[in-house]
Amino acid sequence: MSRRAMFKFRLYVAGDALNSAQALANLTALCRAQLPDRHEIEIVDVFREPQRALADGIFMTPTLVKFAPSPARRVVGTLSQTQPVLQALGLETIAA
Amino acid sequence: MKSVRSPLVTTPPKAPTGVAGFDEITGGGLPRGRTTLLVGGPGSGKTVLALQFIAHGARACKEPGIFVAFEETSKRIVANAESFGWKLPELRRKKLFFMDAQPLPDLVRSGDFDLGGMLAALEVKTREMGAKRIVFDALDVVLALLPDLAAERREIYRLHAWLLAHELTGIVTLKSGGDETNSISQQPFGFMQFMVDCAVILNHSVVLGVSQRSLRVQKYRGSGFDENESAFLIGNSGFEVAVAHTLSRVDVKVSNERVSSGIARLDTMLGGGYYRGASVLITGFSGTAKTTLSGAFAEAACRRGERTMFVCFDTNSTEVIRNLLSVGIHLDRYVKSGCLRMISARAITGSAETYLVRIKALAQEHGARCVVIDPVSAWSKSGNDLSTQSVADRLIDWSKGEGTTLVCTSLLDEMSGQGEGGSQLQISALVDTWIHLNYLIQAGERNRGLSIVKSRGTTHSNQVRELILSDAGVTLADTYTAGGEVLMGTLRWEKERAERALHEAAEVAAKLKRVKLDAEEAELEVRLKSLQTELVAKQVEKALLVRTTQSDQGELSRGRTQMKELRGADAAIPVRKTSPP
Repeated sequence: MSRRAMFKFRLYVAGDALNSAQALANLTALCRAQLPDRHEIEIVDVFREPQRALADGIFMTPTLVKFAPSPARRVVGTLSQTQPVLQALGLETIAA
Repeated sequence: MKSVRSPLVTTPPKAPTGVAGFDEITGGGLPRGRTTLLVGGPGSGKTVLALQFIAHGARACKEPGIFVAFEETSKRIVANAESFGWKLPELRRKKLFFMDAQPLPDLVRSGDFDLGGMLAALEVKTREMGAKRIVFDALDVVLALLPDLAAERREIYRLHAWLLAHELTGIVTLKSGGDETNSISQQPFGFMQFMVDCAVILNHSVVLGVSQRSLRVQKYRGSGFDENESAFLIGNSGFEVAVAHTLSRVDVKVSNERVSSGIARLDTMLGGGYYRGASVLITGFSGTAKTTLSGAFAEAACRRGERTMFVCFDTNSTEVIRNLLSVGIHLDRYVKSGCLRMISARAITGSAETYLVRIKALAQEHGARCVVIDPVSAWSKSGNDLSTQSVADRLIDWSKGEGTTLVCTSLLDEMSGQGEGGSQLQISALVDTWIHLNYLIQAGERNRGLSIVKSRGTTHSNQVRELILSDAGVTLADTYTAGGEVLMGTLRWEKERAERALHEAAEVAAKLKRVKLDAEEAELEVRLKSLQTELVAKQVEKALLVRTTQSDQGELSRGRTQMKELRGADAAIPVRKTSPP
């Protein structure tokens, strides 16, 4: 995996719910630590864009989708447990 | 006046489910605008019931619905339900929406989450479609992903509050213990049972190898309901819940019309035949001609042009037709004309409930006015012991309600040894007419006897008759009682012959006597005539005699006078001398 690959994330949140805010905070912290300058985060509020949540099949909030680099991955929750998140996103090697 | 209506007003509005029987148990359906919990083990029919509820709403009640599938994909659910004929693909265009919410297998969890996203999406969809009904199928799947019990409770509350706020009539299905080994804690579900307004428990058990399904309404806030367990079946058109007699059906039209039993002498014994719409039970050991008797009934019904259904459990229907032909009962032509429908029910396997439902469905399809079930005791095979009683109740209930004349045969257990024991189904108490057939073994012969145990509302003979089967048909013959014993078969024939001989002898003797008397009479008459003739002769003779005597005397006196004149003498003296004599 190229070290210069861009990580593209989309985080589905439910308005200003506590767990959504936590997830956003955890994600930004993680990206800052692990992927400085090579990440993009898009935030989708399912309350504002429910059709999009429906189309994307998002039923639980918060949900983090990593769609680049492939393979695409989904992580549900506040992202408070870092280890499984890193593992799912394929960042474990970098962290080590 | 208001006080009269108030109890009705408090009953919550209901959303009909379209499930036969279920709406009767609940008095109209599920609570409208409330949440119903549907709990059941694996394969207990949760999804089918929920889907039927949604489909019925969309099709018949103008209530569009949303089906949220957490476990199975909507594609598979629709495909599986295709055989029920609910036309889901057609409904899907406008009135039915399936939401696939199966958690992906590679889903990673990290920390707490909630169902806010789903509810937001559903909210849009609900508004867009004007949905009135919603189903969350297998909610436990998504609850299991939540990190702790508190979170599970929180999400259940969230869902419940959302449903209430949107006034949707909801069904939430959950798995119950069963043989599930996954460690879903029972607690949140137990808690959910307290929270919802209505809870229905589905059961699927196997008793001695026979599958038995049952359903029970555990609670229903603000409404009365049938609290007992009711058997149900997943049939060709979906759920069917078996319910006994509901109050609305008590008053059934009673007919005074009589229908022939197919045997003229039996009709006479019954005072004219069975009542139309009556239930008739024919009991007897195997080989006592139960099938023949019911076949005769079926033939008579077809001859009257009534559509008839003959359900045989023991033998194949073609065998029944062939066998009945040997006693002069021709069923084949009615099968050909479509008047008679023969069903080999050995092909149907399952619980007594299944049999009843199938028979009801088939009879309705055929438009049968007369139904024969041969033998109904096949239902009480192992595994059905508990349910058959109520099934038999409902069978009779149903036939009465439909005005169908029902003839059931019931095989008695030969080992039970009791001459006339009731059938195992205990339906003998329910039926209107009970005919018992038995064997009488006597003088090296086995003969069939028929007697009427009971017949409600008809005068009936108390006599045991001998049932005679021959290729000319079925007839009943009088039996003889001699020295307290009933004579049948050869003994009866001998007795009949002896009586006939006696009668003939008596007749001959009488004839002989008459002839003899005739002869005597004739003889007397002849004698009378000859005597009369003789009498006449004698009278003539007598008359003659009188006449001659008179003339003689005249002559004599005349002669004497002449002589005196001739002598011309002293008349007096010579006369004295000459006539001393």
